[in-house]
Amino acid sequence: MLVDNIDLAMVNWARAQFALTAMFHWVFVPLTLGLSFLVAFFESLYVRTGNPEWKRITRFWMSLFGINFAIGVATGIILEFEFGTNWSNYSWMVGDIFGAPLAVEGIFAFFIEATFFAVMFFGWDRVSKGFHLLSTWLVAIGSNLSALWILVANGWMQYPVGMAFNPDKARFEMQSFWEVLFSPVAVSKFTHATTSSFQLAALFVVGVSSWFLLTGRHHTLAKRSILVASVFGLLSSGFVAFTGDEAAFTDARVQPMKLAAFEGLYQGERGAGLTAIGILNPAKAPADDQDPFLVAVKVPGLLSLLANREPGSFVPGIRDLIYGNPAEGIVGIDQKIGRGRQAVSALAAYTAATAAGEAAGRAAALTAFQQHQDFFGYGFLASPEQAVPPVALTFYAFHVMVALGAFFPVLFLLFLVWTMKDTIAGKHWLLRLGVISIFLGYLASQAGWIVAEVGRQPWAIQNLLPVTVARSNLTAGAVQTTFFLFLALFGLLFLAEIRIMLRRIAQGPASF
Amino acid sequence: MPAATITTLPGRIFAFYRDGFAAMQQGRTLWAIIAVKLFFIFAILRVFFFPDLLAARFATDQERAAYVLEELTGAQALIHPVHD
Repeated sequence: MLVDNIDLAMVNWARAQFALTAMFHWVFVPLTLGLSFLVAFFESLYVRTGNPEWKRITRFWMSLFGINFAIGVATGIILEFEFGTNWSNYSWMVGDIFGAPLAVEGIFAFFIEATFFAVMFFGWDRVSKGFHLLSTWLVAIGSNLSALWILVANGWMQYPVGMAFNPDKARFEMQSFWEVLFSPVAVSKFTHATTSSFQLAALFVVGVSSWFLLTGRHHTLAKRSILVASVFGLLSSGFVAFTGDEAAFTDARVQPMKLAAFEGLYQGERGAGLTAIGILNPAKAPADDQDPFLVAVKVPGLLSLLANREPGSFVPGIRDLIYGNPAEGIVGIDQKIGRGRQAVSALAAYTAATAAGEAAGRAAALTAFQQHQDFFGYGFLASPEQAVPPVALTFYAFHVMVALGAFFPVLFLLFLVWTMKDTIAGKHWLLRLGVISIFLGYLASQAGWIVAEVGRQPWAIQNLLPVTVARSNLTAGAVQTTFFLFLALFGLLFLAEIRIMLRRIAQGPASF
Repeated sequence: MPAATITTLPGRIFAFYRDGFAAMQQGRTLWAIIAVKLFFIFAILRVFFFPDLLAARFATDQERAAYVLEELTGAQALIHPVHD
């Protein structure tokens, strides 16, 4: 079997490198997505009121937006390099699906950056107020639409729809662009990622403004910024909760193993409770009867409600999904592995018959492949347990994300109320919490991606291609070298971002 | 030439960008970072560390497809050389 000959160390280093690059890239993206809208709100207030203080506020936050954008620019391109080098099998197989969305993204991003970005930064007092405002709004809308295509591509990997596998070319070919674009996973990826980015940007503005108030500087800018950002953050928090709920509901349909992993649910049950707080039992294995938790506080029925919209409904656990549960109509992974191996064998037979020019054998093999192709990826798993993602990392990342997601709206509400009462400057404990919450916002955002990406392991493409087969035929050493190269590069860029940002924040809006 | 004296549209667009870049404060540092970063990404990483493996190893799409099919079916998994 191919799986016996795979250099797992290479696969893991390639995964680590991809995670490092993606997480670094995601330091910049959410702030760009959210701050662009906040800048547009500030400028709208300036144009509406004519008050020059709003212009100063707009230009200050716009300068931070520019720094973040400049340091982060082109980081995502490195991910594409990694596809071609470390994940060449995968890259070849998805080229037809990803080509269209990524090309649209590239053209869109270039068009917006080359035109409206320039008007936004260089156009003060050189174009009309209205056109400048329009450019700022178009940058905000365009940046977010630009992110749509990447998230659609990611959504397709989690739920591959609108395509057919071409056994002659070894490629997934797009059959319906609209099915790919409007798949429920793509929609929930886009809405959840963007709204959580709005939340993060609101935390950033509240946090920096809190620091100004703590140090007794720029009171007007700080209070007005907090007022706008806390309203935006509060509204975004509502959308984050709604889109997060949709994401969990979709996971229950298309990635039930991910749902079971992020809840640490080993044994499926009716009226399953949602774990509010829990410590996993590190010795727990899927097949044993140990309690999965050392400590757990659960809200009865809430997981069933989240997963199926019915409090008494059945939610499958990791054990049900691995070993099957005939009473609930769940097929075990061993059966899927059997069908997957038949698909792989049929593909091999098809390839051999094609090379030999045997038309009858080719047709028979193709029919056999098509019968089992939905389980193709399972044919590369050595055991049912390999279909389980790292449970602890997925579980803790999910609960950190949810806990912070519940905390942020409370924080925004407190800031909003005390800013409206004009007593916020005296609430030093809250201002300190506001500063710390910048870090917490990033933590929640990164944790969300850990849930999404670690939770879908071992799949590069859900059910169709495990990461062990998606990889290139390289040595671990080759990937290790570039991993550490990136670690150094990203470290330097991160330090540059922090340093330039802090310098700009320290200058404040005085220079405008 | 001062922007006010330029009357043609291309000339005004050029002056818009030229004056914008010239008036930047922190922007110069940022542009320097962007330039170094793009050079590093495209001239070093891309060229020396991140070749498109299948494009580099095979001349045609047919060969690439055949290679990936072999990888998928596992028939020839051991005979392909391991690359550094």
